[in-house]
Amino acid sequence: MSIRFTSAGDTAFNVEFGETIDRATNALVMDLHARLKAAPPPGLVETVPTFRSLLVVYDPVSTGRREIQAAVEAALAGGGTTPAEGRLWRLPVCYDPDLGPDLTELADQLGLTAEQVAALHGSVEYFVYMLGFMPGFGYMGDLPAELDRPRRTEPRVRVPAGSVAVAGRLTTVYPWESPGGWHLIGRCPVPLYDGGRPDPVLLAAGDRVRFEAVDRAAFDGIAEAASAGRFDPASLRAA
Amino acid sequence: MTAFLTVVRPGLFATVQDLGRFGFQELGMPVAGALDPIALRLANALVGNPQGTAGLEIALLGPALRVDAPSIRIAAVGPMALTLERDGAAPQPLEPHRSHTLLAGDVLRLGAVDGASVACLAVAGGFALAPVMGSLSTYVRAGIGPLGGRPLAEGDRLPLALDAAPDGPDVELPQPPDYGAGPLRVVLGPQEDRFTEAALETFLSATYRVGKQADRMGLRLEGPALEHRGSADIPSDGLVTGSIQVPGNGQPILLLNDHQTAGGYAKIATVISADLARAGRLRPGDSLSFQAVAVEDAEAIRRRQEQAIAGWIRAIRPVRPAGGVDLEALYGENLISGTVDIVNGGSDLPLL
Repeated sequence: MSIRFTSAGDTAFNVEFGETIDRATNALVMDLHARLKAAPPPGLVETVPTFRSLLVVYDPVSTGRREIQAAVEAALAGGGTTPAEGRLWRLPVCYDPDLGPDLTELADQLGLTAEQVAALHGSVEYFVYMLGFMPGFGYMGDLPAELDRPRRTEPRVRVPAGSVAVAGRLTTVYPWESPGGWHLIGRCPVPLYDGGRPDPVLLAAGDRVRFEAVDRAAFDGIAEAASAGRFDPASLRAA
Repeated sequence: MTAFLTVVRPGLFATVQDLGRFGFQELGMPVAGALDPIALRLANALVGNPQGTAGLEIALLGPALRVDAPSIRIAAVGPMALTLERDGAAPQPLEPHRSHTLLAGDVLRLGAVDGASVACLAVAGGFALAPVMGSLSTYVRAGIGPLGGRPLAEGDRLPLALDAAPDGPDVELPQPPDYGAGPLRVVLGPQEDRFTEAALETFLSATYRVGKQADRMGLRLEGPALEHRGSADIPSDGLVTGSIQVPGNGQPILLLNDHQTAGGYAKIATVISADLARAGRLRPGDSLSFQAVAVEDAEAIRRRQEQAIAGWIRAIRPVRPAGGVDLEALYGENLISGTVDIVNGGSDLPLL
């Protein structure tokens, strides 16, 4: 395997493990992230894991690229480990066309029924490859191949918070109202970001997620409890 | 007792910022922080604060703030008009780049910011606000930071940390900060190999203009299109302040402090850290060009810049009384051998 170092100015560089989005490549990213977090070299600011590369951020006043890259190479030479398995979350989702306005159209494009799309979406365990786009936005995969569609040609200006969405072989839950180009197929009543929680961001890179279908009444109940601060997200952790 | 700056008028876009919220980008949390970190650091130095203390970043038109405290020292750095209203007297202009001691009931009006996108105001001791994830930077897009993560609003009361406010005379910077001039320096990459040779040549020789879509997240640049080798899309990877990404239309976007933590467009280059304050000060219509340097050179330039900033801060000196003689400077330069008559209102030195 060839590892590439690419420059992001004089405060950061990427350690690239490949060009593709897959679990094996991402495991190498998460492994290096964990090692550098456990034993940060002086002047390391933080590391940011993405699909197939780790962004290493450093302070060019107290250290330099040469020193930090040497520390990264030493960490890489330390031999592979198996990163601890991430947490497993069971996220409720209501696949109601009112809450997932693209559900019917996407089903038509795929030659499936809305029920089949929902069932397929809920049929697998997803892996959180990385967070990005907005605080708490998790890029999760892999979506069943039957649901693989490119992003919408016309992105929406406003996607409601909690929208459960798919694009390509990925799925996500929008933590915030924001613009977005993914297909909206349902909604999750649990906030993926809540400033009132000690850890405001629910998911972390490396976590696993299962979506569990709930009906509209259950959705409304959880949403109400969550907005009143009476919903403990720990209850979503699988035993 | 409690002490506040009360927002009498909010201005157009004033936010609390420090030097950024690092350490949470793996959760998708943007760094945010002052667009012009040099201005914030110098403003803090003028009021005796640690350089990274949170202050107000003022864009466009500043707020009016009433002092609801016995007194407070403030300093502004940047191209912004300041006026003071005291005891119902006619508003008096205040100079930037020095500290001023304000008294209870004073109203400080921060005017238009003209000549750069932002200016900074620091208060002695900083604000007694609760950090969010270790930082007082405001990320407006997701409402993260003090004041619910939003710009100042009328009636806001900004609590002052008077206990932490250092005492001392009013002081000034001998000169406004020197940001340098010429092309913005960049390190090519991380995806320079996604662009044609012609695109790299164009990027390093053409003049670009900051378009109308310019905010704390980034600047859309207008100029000759940059052609990709193949697709503009890459698997999303990490971004930094200063990343220059190029979507399929070939028009570069220079990312600033509120940038997303990751993005899926190829990035042709990254502005070096010593030039980020210059980039953060750019406004729509401004022209800019780029010059490539190696990483080691960028690091050396940044270290020299830090030495220069330390020098400016060492040069901070007590403000000479209006019309008086600058004794500090005279003694410092060892020019006086005899006695001096200080004539109030006199403007020239009587000897030498």
